[in-house]
Amino acid sequence: MTVCFPVEAGHVLMFARSLGAADPPGGRPAPGDPVPPTFAIASSQFDPDYPLRPRPGEPWHGSGAGPGLVREGAGGLHAEQHFIYERPLRVGDVLTSTSHPGQVWEKQGRSGRLRFREQITEFRDEAGHLVLTARSVSVQREAP
Amino acid sequence: MTTRSQISGLAVGQTFETVVVEDLKRTQIVQYAGASGDYNPLHTDDRYATTIAGYPSVFAHGMLTMGLTGQAVAALVGPDNLLRFGVRFTAQVWPGDTLTVRSTLARIEETADGPVAELSVSTVNTEGAEVLSGYAHARLAG
Repeated sequence: MTVCFPVEAGHVLMFARSLGAADPPGGRPAPGDPVPPTFAIASSQFDPDYPLRPRPGEPWHGSGAGPGLVREGAGGLHAEQHFIYERPLRVGDVLTSTSHPGQVWEKQGRSGRLRFREQITEFRDEAGHLVLTARSVSVQREAP
Repeated sequence: MTTRSQISGLAVGQTFETVVVEDLKRTQIVQYAGASGDYNPLHTDDRYATTIAGYPSVFAHGMLTMGLTGQAVAALVGPDNLLRFGVRFTAQVWPGDTLTVRSTLARIEETADGPVAELSVSTVNTEGAEVLSGYAHARLAG
Protein backbone atom coordinates (compact mmCIF):
# COMPACT_ATOMS: atom_id res chain seq x y z
CA MET A 1 0.00 0.00 0.00
CA THR A 2 1.32 3.45 -0.94
CA VAL A 3 0.29 6.69 0.77
CA CYS A 4 1.27 10.28 -0.11
CA PHE A 5 2.10 12.15 3.13
CA PRO A 6 2.61 15.91 2.86
CA VAL A 7 4.30 17.27 6.00
CA GLU A 8 2.13 20.36 6.50
CA ALA A 9 2.82 23.20 8.98
CA GLY A 10 -0.71 23.23 10.47
CA HIS A 11 -0.68 19.48 11.00
CA VAL A 12 2.76 19.60 12.66
CA LEU A 13 1.53 22.47 14.89
CA MET A 14 -1.51 20.47 16.07
CA PHE A 15 0.58 17.35 16.62
CA ALA A 16 3.25 19.21 18.63
CA ARG A 17 0.55 20.94 20.73
CA SER A 18 -1.00 17.56 21.56
CA LEU A 19 2.43 16.58 22.98
CA GLY A 20 2.44 19.63 25.21
CA ALA A 21 4.86 21.70 23.10
CA ALA A 22 4.70 25.50 23.16
CA ASP A 23 3.94 27.10 19.80
CA PRO A 24 7.08 28.06 17.84
CA PRO A 25 8.05 31.71 17.46
CA GLY A 26 5.82 33.27 14.81
CA GLY A 27 2.92 31.02 15.79
CA ARG A 28 3.48 28.14 13.41
CA PRO A 29 6.29 25.94 12.13
CA ALA A 30 8.23 27.26 9.14
CA PRO A 31 9.23 25.26 6.05
CA GLY A 32 12.35 23.24 6.85
CA ASP A 33 11.68 23.05 10.61
CA PRO A 34 12.20 19.62 12.18
CA VAL A 35 9.06 17.81 13.36
CA PRO A 36 8.47 15.73 16.53
CA PRO A 37 10.31 12.37 16.22
CA THR A 38 7.06 10.37 16.13
CA PHE A 39 5.26 12.58 13.59
CA ALA A 40 5.42 9.95 10.81
CA ILE A 41 2.70 8.03 12.67
CA ALA A 42 0.26 10.85 11.75
CA SER A 43 0.58 9.80 8.10
CA SER A 44 -2.46 7.63 8.90
CA GLN A 45 -4.48 10.84 8.32
CA PHE A 46 -3.61 10.47 4.64
CA ASP A 47 -4.20 6.72 4.41
CA PRO A 48 -7.55 6.27 2.65
CA ASP A 49 -7.99 2.81 4.22
CA TYR A 50 -6.91 3.61 7.79
CA PRO A 51 -9.39 1.61 9.92
CA LEU A 52 -9.43 3.77 13.10
CA ARG A 53 -11.19 6.77 11.55
CA PRO A 54 -14.97 7.14 11.18
CA ARG A 55 -16.17 7.47 7.60
CA PRO A 56 -19.40 8.91 6.21
CA GLY A 57 -22.07 6.28 5.68
CA GLU A 58 -20.07 3.50 7.37
CA PRO A 59 -20.76 1.97 10.80
CA TRP A 60 -18.52 3.12 13.67
CA HIS A 61 -18.00 1.02 16.81
CA GLY A 62 -17.84 3.89 19.37
CA SER A 63 -20.75 4.97 21.57
CA GLY A 64 -23.68 7.07 20.40
CA ALA A 65 -27.21 6.43 21.67
CA GLY A 66 -25.86 3.02 22.73
CA PRO A 67 -22.48 2.07 24.26
CA GLY A 68 -20.93 0.97 20.96
CA LEU A 69 -20.05 -2.41 19.45
CA VAL A 70 -17.40 -5.06 19.88
CA ARG A 71 -15.31 -4.71 16.77
CA GLU A 72 -14.52 -7.83 14.76
CA GLY A 73 -10.88 -8.26 13.81
CA ALA A 74 -9.69 -5.26 15.83
CA GLY A 75 -5.95 -4.87 15.36
CA GLY A 76 -5.00 -5.65 18.96
CA LEU A 77 -2.82 -3.40 21.09
CA HIS A 78 0.33 -1.56 20.12
CA ALA A 79 3.28 -3.42 21.68
CA GLU A 80 6.36 -1.79 20.13
CA GLN A 81 7.31 1.04 17.79
CA HIS A 82 10.72 1.70 16.23
CA PHE A 83 11.97 4.47 13.93
CA ILE A 84 15.20 4.60 11.94
CA TYR A 85 15.95 8.09 10.60
CA GLU A 86 18.13 8.59 7.51
CA ARG A 87 17.61 12.33 7.92
CA PRO A 88 15.19 14.47 9.98
CA LEU A 89 11.65 14.84 8.67
CA ARG A 90 10.96 18.50 7.88
CA VAL A 91 7.96 20.76 7.33
CA GLY A 92 7.45 20.93 3.57
CA ASP A 93 8.58 17.36 2.84
CA VAL A 94 6.22 15.41 0.61
CA LEU A 95 6.79 11.78 1.43
CA THR A 96 5.51 8.55 -0.02
CA SER A 97 5.09 5.65 2.35
CA THR A 98 4.93 2.00 1.45
CA SER A 99 4.01 -0.60 3.99
CA HIS A 100 4.42 -4.36 4.18
CA PRO A 101 3.90 -7.04 6.82
CA GLY A 102 7.03 -8.28 8.63
CA GLN A 103 7.46 -11.21 10.98
CA VAL A 104 4.73 -12.93 12.98
CA TRP A 105 5.50 -14.76 16.23
CA GLU A 106 3.70 -16.17 19.26
CA LYS A 107 4.41 -16.18 22.95
CA GLN A 108 2.68 -17.80 25.90
CA GLY A 109 1.27 -15.03 28.09
CA ARG A 110 -0.31 -15.24 31.55
CA SER A 111 -3.82 -15.32 30.09
CA GLY A 112 -3.31 -17.29 26.89
CA ARG A 113 -1.31 -17.22 23.68
CA LEU A 114 -0.22 -13.86 22.36
CA ARG A 115 0.29 -13.30 18.65
CA PHE A 116 2.69 -10.53 17.61
CA ARG A 117 2.64 -9.01 14.13
CA GLU A 118 5.16 -6.66 12.61
CA GLN A 119 4.38 -3.97 10.04
CA ILE A 120 7.20 -2.15 8.27
CA THR A 121 6.69 1.23 6.59
CA GLU A 122 9.27 3.07 4.51
CA PHE A 123 8.97 6.82 3.89
CA ARG A 124 10.73 8.25 0.83
CA ASP A 125 11.07 11.83 -0.37
CA GLU A 126 10.24 13.15 -3.84
CA ALA A 127 13.69 12.17 -5.13
CA GLY A 128 13.05 8.60 -3.97
CA HIS A 129 15.56 8.78 -1.10
CA LEU A 130 14.69 6.85 2.05
CA VAL A 131 13.92 9.31 4.90
CA LEU A 132 12.79 6.96 7.63
CA THR A 133 11.70 3.42 8.35
CA ALA A 134 9.00 2.67 10.90
CA ARG A 135 8.52 -0.78 12.42
CA SER A 136 5.38 -1.35 14.40
CA VAL A 137 4.53 -4.45 16.47
CA SER A 138 0.96 -5.20 17.52
CA VAL A 139 -0.15 -7.91 19.91
CA GLN A 140 -3.40 -9.78 20.01
CA ARG A 141 -4.62 -12.42 22.46
CA GLU A 142 -5.56 -15.65 20.67
CA ALA A 143 -8.79 -17.39 21.59
CA PRO A 144 -7.83 -20.22 24.03
CA MET B 1 14.59 25.61 18.27
CA THR B 2 18.19 24.85 19.15
CA THR B 3 19.77 21.84 17.52
CA ARG B 4 22.80 21.93 19.76
CA SER B 5 22.98 18.80 21.81
CA GLN B 6 22.58 19.18 25.59
CA ILE B 7 23.82 15.66 25.90
CA SER B 8 27.42 16.64 25.34
CA GLY B 9 27.34 17.66 29.02
CA LEU B 10 26.36 14.14 30.18
CA ALA B 11 28.85 11.46 31.22
CA VAL B 12 28.27 7.77 30.44
CA GLY B 13 25.97 6.36 33.11
CA GLN B 14 24.36 9.72 33.88
CA THR B 15 20.58 10.11 33.72
CA PHE B 16 18.60 13.11 32.56
CA GLU B 17 15.03 13.40 33.89
CA THR B 18 12.14 15.34 32.35
CA VAL B 19 8.52 15.50 33.50
CA VAL B 20 6.60 15.39 30.19
CA VAL B 21 3.04 15.57 31.51
CA GLU B 22 1.47 16.27 34.89
CA ASP B 23 -2.04 14.99 35.69
CA LEU B 24 -2.77 13.84 32.12
CA LYS B 25 -6.14 15.21 31.05
CA ARG B 26 -8.65 13.37 28.88
CA THR B 27 -8.69 16.47 26.70
CA GLN B 28 -5.00 15.99 25.85
CA ILE B 29 -5.75 12.41 24.78
CA VAL B 30 -8.55 13.78 22.56
CA GLN B 31 -6.12 16.39 21.20
CA TYR B 32 -3.63 13.63 20.34
CA ALA B 33 -6.36 11.52 18.70
CA GLY B 34 -7.32 14.42 16.45
CA ALA B 35 -3.77 15.30 15.47
CA SER B 36 -2.47 11.76 14.98
CA GLY B 37 -5.61 10.45 13.27
CA ASP B 38 -5.97 7.47 15.64
CA TYR B 39 -9.63 7.81 16.67
CA ASN B 40 -9.86 4.42 18.39
CA PRO B 41 -12.72 4.98 20.91
CA LEU B 42 -10.71 3.06 23.54
CA HIS B 43 -8.79 6.31 24.01
CA THR B 44 -11.49 8.96 23.81
CA ASP B 45 -14.88 7.37 24.53
CA ASP B 46 -15.29 6.49 28.22
CA ARG B 47 -18.63 4.75 27.72
CA TYR B 48 -17.15 2.49 25.02
CA ALA B 49 -13.92 1.86 26.97
CA THR B 50 -15.76 0.80 30.14
CA THR B 51 -18.97 -0.86 28.86
CA ILE B 52 -17.76 -2.54 25.68
CA ALA B 53 -14.02 -3.00 26.17
CA GLY B 54 -14.09 -3.61 29.95
CA TYR B 55 -11.37 -1.12 30.97
CA PRO B 56 -11.67 1.10 34.07
CA SER B 57 -11.62 4.21 31.82
CA VAL B 58 -10.16 5.48 28.58
CA PHE B 59 -6.35 5.28 28.41
CA ALA B 60 -3.69 7.09 26.40
CA HIS B 61 -2.51 5.93 22.99
CA GLY B 62 0.86 4.19 23.30
CA MET B 63 1.98 6.66 20.65
CA LEU B 64 1.00 9.59 22.90
CA THR B 65 3.39 8.21 25.53
CA MET B 66 6.06 7.65 22.87
CA GLY B 67 5.41 11.13 21.45
CA LEU B 68 5.82 12.76 24.88
CA THR B 69 8.97 10.70 25.45
CA GLY B 70 10.26 11.67 22.00
CA GLN B 71 9.88 15.38 22.79
CA ALA B 72 12.11 14.95 25.85
CA VAL B 73 14.65 12.89 23.89
CA ALA B 74 14.72 15.38 20.99
CA ALA B 75 15.23 18.28 23.41
CA LEU B 76 18.14 16.39 24.98
CA VAL B 77 19.97 15.29 21.81
CA GLY B 78 18.83 17.96 19.34
CA PRO B 79 16.03 17.01 16.89
CA ASP B 80 18.39 16.91 13.88
CA ASN B 81 20.70 14.38 15.52
CA LEU B 82 18.32 11.49 16.16
CA LEU B 83 19.26 8.31 14.25
CA ARG B 84 17.11 5.66 15.94
CA PHE B 85 14.28 5.74 18.45
CA GLY B 86 12.40 2.64 19.52
CA VAL B 87 10.19 1.60 22.43
CA ARG B 88 8.14 -1.16 23.99
CA PHE B 89 4.89 -0.19 25.71
CA THR B 90 5.04 -1.90 29.10
CA ALA B 91 1.92 -0.59 30.89
CA GLN B 92 -1.12 1.53 30.19
CA VAL B 93 -1.18 5.27 30.83
CA TRP B 94 -4.37 6.57 32.44
CA PRO B 95 -5.94 10.02 32.79
CA GLY B 96 -4.42 11.65 35.88
CA ASP B 97 -0.97 10.10 35.34
CA THR B 98 2.18 12.18 35.66
CA LEU B 99 4.94 10.87 33.39
CA THR B 100 8.68 11.28 33.84
CA VAL B 101 11.18 10.37 31.11
CA ARG B 102 14.57 9.09 32.28
CA SER B 103 17.24 9.09 29.58
CA THR B 104 20.51 7.43 30.55
CA LEU B 105 23.63 7.75 28.44
CA ALA B 106 24.51 4.06 28.05
CA ARG B 107 27.59 4.49 25.88
CA ILE B 108 29.21 6.45 23.09
CA GLU B 109 29.95 4.49 19.93
CA GLU B 110 32.66 5.75 17.57
CA THR B 111 31.40 5.38 13.99
CA ALA B 112 32.73 6.36 10.57
CA ASP B 113 30.36 9.36 10.71
CA GLY B 114 31.52 10.45 14.15
CA PRO B 115 30.49 9.66 17.73
CA VAL B 116 26.97 8.34 18.37
CA ALA B 117 25.35 8.50 21.81
CA GLU B 118 23.28 5.47 22.80
CA LEU B 119 20.65 6.26 25.40
CA SER B 120 18.39 3.92 27.28
CA VAL B 121 15.01 5.52 27.82
CA SER B 122 12.44 4.71 30.46
CA THR B 123 9.17 6.51 31.10
CA VAL B 124 7.56 6.04 34.51
CA ASN B 125 4.20 7.02 36.00
CA THR B 126 3.33 8.66 39.33
CA GLU B 127 3.87 5.39 41.23
CA GLY B 128 7.25 4.90 39.58
CA ALA B 129 6.00 2.01 37.41
CA GLU B 130 7.53 1.85 33.94
CA VAL B 131 5.05 2.49 31.11
CA LEU B 132 7.58 2.61 28.27
CA SER B 133 11.03 1.15 27.82
CA GLY B 134 13.25 1.97 24.89
CA TYR B 135 16.39 3.39 23.33
CA ALA B 136 17.54 6.35 21.29
CA HIS B 137 20.70 6.72 19.21
CA ALA B 138 21.85 10.21 18.32
CA ARG B 139 24.75 11.80 16.56
CA LEU B 140 26.87 13.86 18.94
CA ALA B 141 26.90 17.24 17.22
CA GLY B 142 29.26 20.00 18.34
